[in-house]
Amino acid sequence: MSIDIEAVSKTFGSFAALSDVSLKVPSGELVALLGPSGSGKTSLLRIIAGLETPDSGRILFDGEEATKRQVQERQVGFVFQHYALFRHMTVFDNIAFGLTVKPKKVRPGKKEIRDKVMSLLKLIQLEQLADRYPAQLSGGQRQRVALARALAVEPQVLLLDEPFGALDAKVRVELRRWLRRLHDEIHVTSVFVTHDQEEALEVADRIVVMNQGRIEQQGTPSEVYDRPATPFVFDFLGNVNLFQGRAHKGTVQMGGVSLSSPEHASANDAPAVGYVRSHDIAIERESTDPGSMQAQVRYLLSVGPLVRVDLTLPEGDRTIEVDLPREEADRLQLTIGEKVYARARKMRVFVDDYQI
Amino acid sequence: MQGTKNQKNSGTVSEPAWVRYLLLTAALAFLALFLLLPLAAVFAQALDKGWEAYLAALKEPDTLSAVRLTLITAAVCVPLNLFFGIVASWAIAKFSFPGKSFLITLIDLPFSVSPVVSGLIYVLIFGLQGWLGPWLQAHDIKIIFAVPGIILATVFVTFPFIARELIPLMESQGREEEEAALTLGASGLQTFFRVTFPNIKWGILYGVILCNARAMGEFGAVSVVSGHVRGSTNTIPLQVEILYNEYSYAAAFAVASLLALLALVTLAVKTVAEWKMNQTIPVTDTER
Repeated sequence: MSIDIEAVSKTFGSFAALSDVSLKVPSGELVALLGPSGSGKTSLLRIIAGLETPDSGRILFDGEEATKRQVQERQVGFVFQHYALFRHMTVFDNIAFGLTVKPKKVRPGKKEIRDKVMSLLKLIQLEQLADRYPAQLSGGQRQRVALARALAVEPQVLLLDEPFGALDAKVRVELRRWLRRLHDEIHVTSVFVTHDQEEALEVADRIVVMNQGRIEQQGTPSEVYDRPATPFVFDFLGNVNLFQGRAHKGTVQMGGVSLSSPEHASANDAPAVGYVRSHDIAIERESTDPGSMQAQVRYLLSVGPLVRVDLTLPEGDRTIEVDLPREEADRLQLTIGEKVYARARKMRVFVDDYQI
Repeated sequence: MQGTKNQKNSGTVSEPAWVRYLLLTAALAFLALFLLLPLAAVFAQALDKGWEAYLAALKEPDTLSAVRLTLITAAVCVPLNLFFGIVASWAIAKFSFPGKSFLITLIDLPFSVSPVVSGLIYVLIFGLQGWLGPWLQAHDIKIIFAVPGIILATVFVTFPFIARELIPLMESQGREEEEAALTLGASGLQTFFRVTFPNIKWGILYGVILCNARAMGEFGAVSVVSGHVRGSTNTIPLQVEILYNEYSYAAAFAVASLLALLALVTLAVKTVAEWKMNQTIPVTDTER
């Protein structure tokens, strides 16, 4: 089922959670709503589910108006961050709940319910835990049960609110890969909310980046990551260094170097900000390019497969962060205090007064 | 160095033995003096003239009528307050609306008002000289100095018990489970009976038992509105007072022992309910 969100706004008191948000979720896609807390992503998800009503705007399911539909009629599966399992029911009863509350006429028989629950337990690989209570399960197991419970009623849409947010790092990664594989099998239209860019990049077909109740950008993970439309998206996705400068007729002056920037040919001595991801900076002993900047190594830190290098730039005593692959760092053999050259392999310049 | 450090640590964790024993003895002595001794005295006095006299005092028609009236009052008040308590705490815990904190304050009102005042309020409204008095008399409806007045006053005095018990319990459980039930297609009633109720049933029992104990034992408010008509508007506590004022101590204590027994049963059920509640609450909160 496809979802159309048309010009939805929602305020809580004086706080505008969503302002004029429009979004299309094509049938069968897995879409991530990505943004910091307070960006409106959870409000949008709850409005799709019918747990909140928008102040204005419309929600369409498969092109049909659904704004006024009750939660129960929307056929959505909702997975909560804190699982929201029924604490007084066993795993089996939790998963069976959606089937047992159906009106008598359409309710499946006892045996059918049993078969359905058992097949879902198999899907989530928890067959042997059917008689346990939620309190006896780990976080990852609880969230899988919550997912099975939502899937039991065969929802048209699956909505997940920070589904992995309460789990520890390793379980989170396992579970999100499992969710991706599951989605490849069942292809139910899914929307999930996350503030974790890595999670969104890894799992989603499409990413919708939200900020302050508005959509900043939407696209495939590589579009959003490689071609951020706004400084906010650039900053939110990945580790980024900022260079203040000025753009003038196609060249940008920043950090003592000048770069050509044809896209800003019309700029007339305007303030510009260059964004460079920390892994897009090369460190060299010799200046190989007019764009190379002199710098001094301030700090070295190994983080798994990467080595984080803090460099101090001479002007303004600014620090930039560089992520080097381990082999590169081993080859360079940097020492703290050493003078080197830093070169941005890839820089995106925004002529804007945007400040972080 | 290590040794002194450890000593310091153990000192902050637990007090010296003599302090512990002193506190414990003080607490137990206090309990014995102010709770156990009077309770024992009630039964001792009641059985002072023997088992026969005890039973005879209870079989007295006026006493039986007082017991009946007390049971009727409790049987009306507790369900009313149960319904009100669940509705109010559901509204307060699961929704936000303007005037919510005012409603909570209002629910607490009977706790903060002296029961005598609660009784007087009803006399002022329904009594002969009260606002509605003439109208009620014209239509031959008796409220004050009759059973309806006793029930009204008791409802007023006991209405915070169940709501007060359920509001914090339901608030701590949040509304996610209910929301999950709704998204799974459950109706409002199904959600209440299959999700909300099982989570609060021990809290409800706890509230009901306290509400019942107070409804049966209420003296002040009932005393004002009852008129003390023997055999018709006397509840157990009022009957105890009358017997006591007439110097029939054995009879007074025999009737009082009924209330004391009620108290013991209440405590037992309350303990079980509390224990069960503590078992069920923390389930999903552990990982937060």
